[in-house]
Amino acid sequence: MATNLSAEPQILDRRAFLKTSAAGGAALLIGFHLPARASDPAQEQEKPLVNPLNAWVRITPDNRVTLILAKSEMGQGIMTALPMILAEELCLDWKQVTIEQAPTNPKIYDHGTGGSGSVGGSWLPLRQAGATAREMLISAAAKRWEVGTDTCKAQNGYVIHGHPERSYSYGELVADAALLPIPNFKEVPLKNSRDFTIIGHATHRVDTASKTTGTAIYGIDARPSGLLYAVIARCPVFYGKVASFDATKAKAVPGVRDVFQIETSGRGASTNGGVAIVADNSWAAIEGRKALEVKWDEGAAANESSDELRKQFVANAAAKPGQIVRNEGDADSALAASPNKIEAVYELPFAAHVCMEPMNCTVHIESDRAEAWVPTQAPQWAQGVIAEAAKLPPEKVIVHTTQMGGGFGRRYQADFVMEATQVAKSLGKPVMVVWTREDDIHHDFYRPASYHQCQGLVDAAGNLAAWKHFQTSTSIAAKWGAKGEENNGKGEFGTGATVPYVSPNIRIEYTLAHSSAPRAWWRSVEHSSSGFVVESFVDELAAAAGEDPLKFRLKLLGESRKLTQFGEGPDAPPLDTGRLKAVLQLAAEKSGWGKPLPDGEGRGIAGFFSFDTYTAAVAEVSAKPGNLKIKRLVCTVDCGRVVNPNGVRAQVESAAIYALTATLKDAITVERGRVVQSNFNDYNMIRMKEAPPIEVHLVASEEKPTGIGEPTVPVIAPALCNAIFNATRKWKKDVRIRRLPIRPEDLA
Amino acid sequence: MAITFILNGKSETLTDVSPGMPLLWVLRDVLNMTGTKFGCGMALCGACTVHINGEATRSCITPISSVGGKQITTIEGLSADGTHPVQKAWIEEDVPQCGYCQSGQIMSAVALLSKKPKPTDAEIDDFMSGNICRCGTYQRIRKAIHRAAGAPAEKA
Repeated sequence: MATNLSAEPQILDRRAFLKTSAAGGAALLIGFHLPARASDPAQEQEKPLVNPLNAWVRITPDNRVTLILAKSEMGQGIMTALPMILAEELCLDWKQVTIEQAPTNPKIYDHGTGGSGSVGGSWLPLRQAGATAREMLISAAAKRWEVGTDTCKAQNGYVIHGHPERSYSYGELVADAALLPIPNFKEVPLKNSRDFTIIGHATHRVDTASKTTGTAIYGIDARPSGLLYAVIARCPVFYGKVASFDATKAKAVPGVRDVFQIETSGRGASTNGGVAIVADNSWAAIEGRKALEVKWDEGAAANESSDELRKQFVANAAAKPGQIVRNEGDADSALAASPNKIEAVYELPFAAHVCMEPMNCTVHIESDRAEAWVPTQAPQWAQGVIAEAAKLPPEKVIVHTTQMGGGFGRRYQADFVMEATQVAKSLGKPVMVVWTREDDIHHDFYRPASYHQCQGLVDAAGNLAAWKHFQTSTSIAAKWGAKGEENNGKGEFGTGATVPYVSPNIRIEYTLAHSSAPRAWWRSVEHSSSGFVVESFVDELAAAAGEDPLKFRLKLLGESRKLTQFGEGPDAPPLDTGRLKAVLQLAAEKSGWGKPLPDGEGRGIAGFFSFDTYTAAVAEVSAKPGNLKIKRLVCTVDCGRVVNPNGVRAQVESAAIYALTATLKDAITVERGRVVQSNFNDYNMIRMKEAPPIEVHLVASEEKPTGIGEPTVPVIAPALCNAIFNATRKWKKDVRIRRLPIRPEDLA
Repeated sequence: MAITFILNGKSETLTDVSPGMPLLWVLRDVLNMTGTKFGCGMALCGACTVHINGEATRSCITPISSVGGKQITTIEGLSADGTHPVQKAWIEEDVPQCGYCQSGQIMSAVALLSKKPKPTDAEIDDFMSGNICRCGTYQRIRKAIHRAAGAPAEKA
């Protein structure tokens, strides 16, 4: 942030400027800091102590403007949205802007891309950077004309003045401007939003042409000269290791160059070693692995299974109370005092990320340096992992952040980076470790499996007299959290612990269940579970009270209030129940809520708050015995000011389909300590035939932009399941889906 | 083995290649033509779709030994400058997100349109359901195919 600017970075700017000048082009470099998402421990771990500079605006004499982007593109459109913000304040012609991916330099950049935080986190710093550059260009022009800066203005890449109008292009001014003192970022005037010509206007993505011609370069497309390819034979059982292996047959496969063991890694990469098969091409490596003879030491996890895990869940629920996460009033007494309490149990399975581009990483280690091509959400972490494993200082490790064929949180990990580094260490040549789809599904960091027992009471006046939510799960914290945080349940509920519905008696409890299945951040993280549970249960309460699900929610949300996000720091914006009501009402209005539907058809609604964004969905379904058809999904979003409406709509559509896969398709299950599913035959995805029409409606807002990549995920499953309940009211009473994914027998 | 085929209009001869090696890996790792993508290796996702003698084909399960003398078109060969009507429609509708599956989606769409120049929604859904898009761009793909066909999108 601007407050982090010190004298030193400005000197660095000057050095960089002089260097660029010497290379034949004048450039104006403006440094600023994009705050990282604070809640990812991975990122916190790697955040440099002093990091004032994070990205630059570069204007060259030929009037081109480059934004050096220190965020990773994984499909979410950040390469388009962030430059739009910059271009707006710089008063640019959008066509002038080009994007360059930042090199990884921990002294300057803080790259982490996750938590739906890029636009929200970059919003002010990018505006300040753009505005600062603009003011310097105006100053340079005013100086030349010997007029006051207040008589000049910036427009479409020019500074203009007077009648008749005279002008300089930015490119003509940049050499002068770069020598001016850099104004205080915090004091430069920002544009009035009424004057925005780029922000808020639907804009085509900048990377579409390359993605329709096969020329976009993903990690798996890196082809440094002399590249070798490797696959790893890993123990199928979680945390299992190599006991022994015989490479004879593997080495006999044509194209196989080498077969050797790699070791378990500690630190954050979380790999369990295995046997590397290095070959001239990916196919030979895959064939070599098939021929490899290896004995595994399966270890302690070999007895684990999904059935056993579910028994733990049930036992934990029976052995309540769990750890108290939140307790206000006396929910237990209120529930005990009434015969009318409602109780329901919800279950969610492990879920895999399944990026279309399987994990991969290319590393070349030389005696005093390393170079890597990594499709990663965390280039800095990747750099640290390579540096440590290769015993090099981080600044000697060049990480090229490539396009990613999907991220969804999976590419925050560095397991594939560690493996590639281990393989590259002994080769002295560039090597790509390629994962197959089976590797990807067997060795993911899964969305936790969870089991929720909810109890609620609606009193005679229709108020929520008590709300109790007990959860037991295989937490993320137990895998990645700090000491003492493993089992306290904080972070496992998300907005499920804030509870936007008014009640005097709220109790939230948590009990950790044990599993060796690795867990981590999956698109929308804990909200993906909490959204389903909270928005299903409130629907059940509405039905029990005989009330319309929308009206019931609006009533319980009450007067517009700003609720502190439970468990979040003081900087987290409050949950505004008025904004939540507004997205619900908009979804209802656009979906024709309340209009009659034929027998066997119904609507369901859900609303949620996550990543500081308000989302709602209405699903319209036809649900008949053995047959479910989603006729329509109406999604609404309030993510504050919309930078690129086109990009926001795309993310809502994407999150809806992602959530539908988790709701309707396969679960990740565990037998004998290993994941049962292996490819798209038994872990299938929603396909075009099954993809319903999705309508997206955005709430106009002047508030600061907030997240959009994830927040639609939590509302899809509950809206759909609530719609099924509504649709089946005639032919089979009370079809409540309380266990995901939906199974055929649920509609038998 | 040695083999000759026509790749994007030009004769290509490989002199020493394992006969069982799938075309996908020949394209990607031998010829360094990385536009065709690896997604599953089992013809389940369509990311590797190319045209062989005009038919949409999953290159990940097509042994190189089976393509001798055949005409192969990959995403790189669809047009010289990215201006095939399907590519243009993809840009207009802003179809790609991560974009990884889109080479395969486009090759499937082109094959569909060569058989059915004005496909219905149902025909599009049928033909395209072999191609997975994890970013969920299906609705835009459908619209882009209608656009490339020069037809207004059907009302859902």
